Amino acid sequence: MSGLLDRRLLFVTGKGGVGKTTVAAALGMLGASRGKQVLVCEVEPKGDVAAAYECAPAGFVPRQVAPGLHVMEMDTEASLREYLRLNLRLPTVGRIGPVARAFDFVANAAPGVREILTVGKLCYEVREGHYDLVVVDAAATGHIVGQLAAPVGINELVKVGAVRSQTRWMLDILEDARSTGVCIVTTPEEMPVNEAIDLAGRLEGETGVHLAALVANRVLPELFSRGEEEVFDALGEPEAVAALGAGPGGGSEAAVAEVLGAAALAVRIRRTGAGHLERLHAALGASCPLAYVPYLFTRADGARAVRQVADALAEELAE
Amino acid sequence: MSASSSPRAGAARSPLERLLGSREVVIACGPGGVGKTTTAAAIAATVSVRTAAKVLVLTVDPARRLADALGVAGIGNTASQVPSAAFSAAGVRQKGELWAAMLDTKQSWDALVSRHAPDATTAAQIFANPIYQNITGRFAQSHEYIAMERLYEIHAEGTYDLVVVDTPPTRDALDFLDAPGRMADFFASGLLRWLVAPARSRLVGLASRPFYQVVDRILGTQFLGDVTEFFLLFQSMYDGFVSRAQAVGSLLGDARTTFMLVTTLETVPAVEATRFAAALADRRLHLGLLVVNKVLPASLADPEAVAVAEALQGEPAARARALLAALPGGLAGSSEEMVARVLAEIGRSFASFGLVASRQRELLAEMSAAHEVTATVPHLASDVVDLRGLLAIGRHVLEGSVD
Repeated sequence: MSGLLDRRLLFVTGKGGVGKTTVAAALGMLGASRGKQVLVCEVEPKGDVAAAYECAPAGFVPRQVAPGLHVMEMDTEASLREYLRLNLRLPTVGRIGPVARAFDFVANAAPGVREILTVGKLCYEVREGHYDLVVVDAAATGHIVGQLAAPVGINELVKVGAVRSQTRWMLDILEDARSTGVCIVTTPEEMPVNEAIDLAGRLEGETGVHLAALVANRVLPELFSRGEEEVFDALGEPEAVAALGAGPGGGSEAAVAEVLGAAALAVRIRRTGAGHLERLHAALGASCPLAYVPYLFTRADGARAVRQVADALAEELAE
Repeated sequence: MSASSSPRAGAARSPLERLLGSREVVIACGPGGVGKTTTAAAIAATVSVRTAAKVLVLTVDPARRLADALGVAGIGNTASQVPSAAFSAAGVRQKGELWAAMLDTKQSWDALVSRHAPDATTAAQIFANPIYQNITGRFAQSHEYIAMERLYEIHAEGTYDLVVVDTPPTRDALDFLDAPGRMADFFASGLLRWLVAPARSRLVGLASRPFYQVVDRILGTQFLGDVTEFFLLFQSMYDGFVSRAQAVGSLLGDARTTFMLVTTLETVPAVEATRFAAALADRRLHLGLLVVNKVLPASLADPEAVAVAEALQGEPAARARALLAALPGGLAGSSEEMVARVLAEIGRSFASFGLVASRQRELLAEMSAAHEVTATVPHLASDVVDLRGLLAIGRHVLEGSVD
């Protein structure tokens, strides 16, 4: 897993709600802490990446938020303008206003166009070497295949034209396992794990982009070893509950039962999650590394949470 | 909290009664990963048990085990009845019927085109158009529209007393509210007519020349041809589509429609849910149920329990010694050290979950201040994989217990 950050382009995805933005922000932070120039790009601009770093939102033009750490938000129209300016030496921004409007229309109708402008911009940053590492807070599992498959899709739809000739170099970057990888984030829950497994299959079947890592986020700690679990079970017996309640530091049997009940709930929630992670491991463990990020009880989001996730990932990456 | 949810109000009606009094459509919405699909299935199943209604749950992407439980795995657009025997097996007698259907986007689009196309030839041309194939296969926003479109169709058929619809995962939970309007705008736009006009006359006008030059250089003539053909073909269905999209849009605001907003008490989903509730209010849409999922037990905040847990964590060795002294038979034959470790761990875990629970409580209080939370559902230790589990959740939601 140590090679993860040696890639040039990392797409971080996962089912909605699993914390992919936090993981993407943490990977960016880790890269920068290793002296790399890192760009973290949020593909669906909602300001979540900036919020994760607790800084003001960035736009299409990257903004440095910490030494070596840059943030940008994808904007396909701006990406088109940049593309036209750089490649076709076409009219200046002012003159393509109505064209951009019409383009917006075509882009809405013809999927692949918007996607290619997103992926194209990311590949462009990699090709030009503006950054050592580009981390993408990518679309969720349901939408990312469409994005990554866009260069192939465009090749099918568009038989000639400048865009087609542009897709080859993008594919060279995307399909090179040493430079590009997808990092799927999941939680130890049924649907996120299902989607992670499905996505891994679709990545292989529908795109040439390689799966680089799985991150299991919000993993609950194991409370007891097997022997300790026997002790815990025995604690639930009425005499034990009564004895625990008696004496200094004790409490009513109801209060003791509440405390034991909370631990039992924690054990069962963890066990259910562990079952899903075993499923994940069985399905994909052989094809890529699996990193565990512990559940953060203290804080669920913000810069401190990103730092803690980064620390957890650093440990896993070192292995 | 409003009077209707107070247990003391004499005329209090449960969410179930309020729901069935006037509503025929329940749209489940909310952020991703909060249990929307399960909650939608849960209330549909529960209503079918408690009333003599014929209920349909239109689901988008259920977990496989849940789909198996409902018998909808791989059946596509056609609704099928969940056998009454399945309810008997779960220990309940059903007064009504539960039907379930999956949303198949491609199939639904094809049905829509077949309905509105002027003739079979046009329909066939549309089906063959690469742009159309691409839209129905991959166009993310088309899912949102088609879900609402299917709902409209099912409701118009009038087969069911209650339709509960799950909404597809969207980039933004608000997307599907605007989907019908966007679809209507899309086809009604003058830009669209401007775009297809030259192809019709086979003459490129002066006004559109720069656009074609640019598009031609970027995308190539053949692609542009496909796009133009697509729009031309769709224009033949223009009136039907626009009026349909408008009708679908108005169903959202219909007096017979209500929304069920589902969320958890993690910061990001809770904030998104609050925003969503505000958006519903802005659009004058009816929020009938606000369900808060995965709520940790209130006992985590019980001061007496907190004190017990703190003592376990603080002096595990002393507590273990006292405990073993009080139990002549010992504790699973374990050493004092091991018992101390277990006690410390129990205390630590209680404190950790207590932190999360107090954060949940704050968020719940904030949410309740702005909107009436109609039910909380406890954090379950295992997945809901059968009718029994669904009915347990349905009970929480429809009896409106707020813990």
